[in-house]
Amino acid sequence: MRPILRLLDDTLIDRILAEARDILATLGVEIHNPGILALLADHGARVDREKCRAFLPGELVDNALKTSPRSFKLYDVYGRETHDLGGHNVYFTPGSAAINVLDLGTSAIRPATTADYIRYAKLVEQLPHISSQATAMVPSDVPPNIQDSYRLFLSLLHGRKPVVTGTFTIDAFQVMKDLQVVVRGSAAELKGKPLTVFSCCPTAPLKWSDVTSQNVVDCARHSIPVEFISMPLAGFVAPVTLVGSLVQHTAETLSGIVIAQLTNPGTPMLYGGSPAIFDVRYETTPMGAVETMMIDCAYNEIGKRLGLPTQAYIALSDGKQFDAQDGLETGMGATLAALSGINNISGPGMLDFESCFSLEKLVLDNEICGMTLRLIAGIEPREDFPARPRFEELLASKHLLISKHTRRHLKQEHYLPGRVIDRANRGRWLAEGGLSLHRRAQQEVERLIAAHQPPELSPETRSELRKLMEREARRYGMEHLPHM
Amino acid sequence: MADLLADITAYLLTGDDEQVSSLTRQALAAGHKPKDILDRGLLAGMAVVGERFKAHEMYLPDVLMAAQAMNAGMEHLKPLLVRDGVPSLGKVVLGTVQGDLHDIGKNLVAVMLKGAGFEVLDLGSDVSPARFVEAARQHGAPVIGMSALLTTTMPMMGAVVRLVKESGLAGQIKTIVGGAPVTEKFAREIGADAHGFDAANAVERVRALIGR
Ligand code: B12
Repeated sequence: MRPILRLLDDTLIDRILAEARDILATLGVEIHNPGILALLADHGARVDREKCRAFLPGELVDNALKTSPRSFKLYDVYGRETHDLGGHNVYFTPGSAAINVLDLGTSAIRPATTADYIRYAKLVEQLPHISSQATAMVPSDVPPNIQDSYRLFLSLLHGRKPVVTGTFTIDAFQVMKDLQVVVRGSAAELKGKPLTVFSCCPTAPLKWSDVTSQNVVDCARHSIPVEFISMPLAGFVAPVTLVGSLVQHTAETLSGIVIAQLTNPGTPMLYGGSPAIFDVRYETTPMGAVETMMIDCAYNEIGKRLGLPTQAYIALSDGKQFDAQDGLETGMGATLAALSGINNISGPGMLDFESCFSLEKLVLDNEICGMTLRLIAGIEPREDFPARPRFEELLASKHLLISKHTRRHLKQEHYLPGRVIDRANRGRWLAEGGLSLHRRAQQEVERLIAAHQPPELSPETRSELRKLMEREARRYGMEHLPHM
Repeated sequence: MADLLADITAYLLTGDDEQVSSLTRQALAAGHKPKDILDRGLLAGMAVVGERFKAHEMYLPDVLMAAQAMNAGMEHLKPLLVRDGVPSLGKVVLGTVQGDLHDIGKNLVAVMLKGAGFEVLDLGSDVSPARFVEAARQHGAPVIGMSALLTTTMPMMGAVVRLVKESGLAGQIKTIVGGAPVTEKFAREIGADAHGFDAANAVERVRALIGR
């Protein structure tokens, strides 16, 4: 049985949906984008252009939901299927867009660079339970205007896995789309085999900025999958109650769905988010709070009730160093998310309120993900009934270590974690250096990066990618890209 | 007599705006100078609030409640302070820099500054350098506070600092910067006068900037 966690019952979900729809119809949503306001007006929304407000009738929401795909697939740089986002399928993605990196040697928190990004991209390739890349860090050694596209460029050059990303401006979309077209060979190929997912954020409460709403439209036009990242902050720019924040999340996300589906019916989307409670003591948005995780899992249930694939920023920590708080918060988040069947679980590797990335943590988190994936595979009988023959064998030979049954099922039944997780007895642990978790993780990072094989993109593709990126860099005053 | 002012402080600490309002009126009727009520009643309370907040004895909502109570008292004092020619603590022009829409942190800073008795001109988000400088000049504000949450928009802070200099206002207008990615080091690099890491810290830094 696939274990599934439920936090809401259907009656409560339907009530939340009804309240959210009422809010969209009566209070409306503020959209700072004249093109989108016009589009909505054309399709029956009442629009107050002066106040940039659109009131979305229930029918508009219903129609958008009708054309929303129930699932969609992602493909790696070679065009091989890697994700089937739908149902209760679960995939892990690193956290996105950290400004800083936790230095592997000194444990200092410092701005990320191209070199850090490349090491990250190589590492992700080697981690079996991390299914996609995310543009996890923002390299500080290139001009700000290309910091978003440059990350994608590096990921496509050094990794194979699909990329969860996003733009920081309207302008950057073009080159970020073009880079993908180069990898796929044509715009039509890209449409058929999506390579990336773009995060697009409404602004709490009930608002869309020009940039982020335009991103939705641009992605939809090119059938690039969108993940909506609504961020109600409970008790601050959203009601303090978890239910109240869920109503807001639902309304904001439905408004995004309407924009995407009106622009291009059938646009693939993830019903996602990065909500948090607001910690009134520290003025922060803790991603590791249990209530934050509860909001995540609960809106995922609402998304599922609507039949949509889901996403959340949940398996991450607010700690500042590689320490036990990271394991606690990431482990708890990953477990809850997987049990809830959140399809794209974002977060591994991330610290400090989504602002610092740690390679050591990513290696550890990969194990958390591995264990979690085992958990949701559940408990199934495997040649277990009738039970008597197995026990006759056991009683006769005193052990089952080399029994055929054991050999057939060991790997399926027991997840054996990598070297970061210590399962040695004390004598062996000492004999192998008596290493702390941190040291083991550091060694794993170095070992895995050294073993990385670059993806076999054709030389033409590589040089096309490079040309595109160099042109973009020159537009913003950088003659030569940083040395790789 | 002095008890009235102590009561104002005490009720302000509990965030009771009605009591603070009525006690302020009573204090005026009893002949207290508006400036005394402000300094020894309201601002004395807000100073305690600041301390307790730092010591984790009060949380943000408590601070906002206290600020609201302070404003209730100020309603009565403001016209009189203006009449007496008592200068305000100072004006701060505040905004999130151009291209950036993250305004949550900036809004908190605004609330805390107001609570501490500063006049805040909040320009909102996506504010161009010209608007920052123009607003400060027009309103005679000695401080410009800028917020940025994106690495891509942080450079706009430098642009504001440069524009202040180019406009020949370097001595008159001080700049303070903040937001999650902004560091003390970055502030120094762009030549800003100060950096604050949270809203309470922003109040301290602004106080230091204008020497109060
Ligand atoms: C909430 C949020 C949003 C909300 C903002 C809502 C709003 N009205 O502000 C929304 C959803 C709109 C949003 C949008 C985007 N966001 Co955002 N967002 C955040 C998040 C999660 C929290 C920010 C926050 O409000 N924190 C709580 C407040 C209270 O803290 P604070 O802002 O740091 O402020 C405190 C101090 O810094 C200080 N302070 C702040 N200002 C000032 C000013 C002065 C003068 C002083 C003295 C002090 C001071 O005092 C405050 C109180 O303690 C951060 C992650 C993070 N850890 O910061 C990402 C984050 C900043 N966002 C990020 C990104 C990428 C984006 C988008 C580009 C995403 C997209 N592709 O659409 C867009 C950008 C749109 C735009 N052009 O601005 C990245 C930035 C990466 C980078 N390279 O810089 C971050 C780091 C998340 C991540 N890792 O991906 N975001």
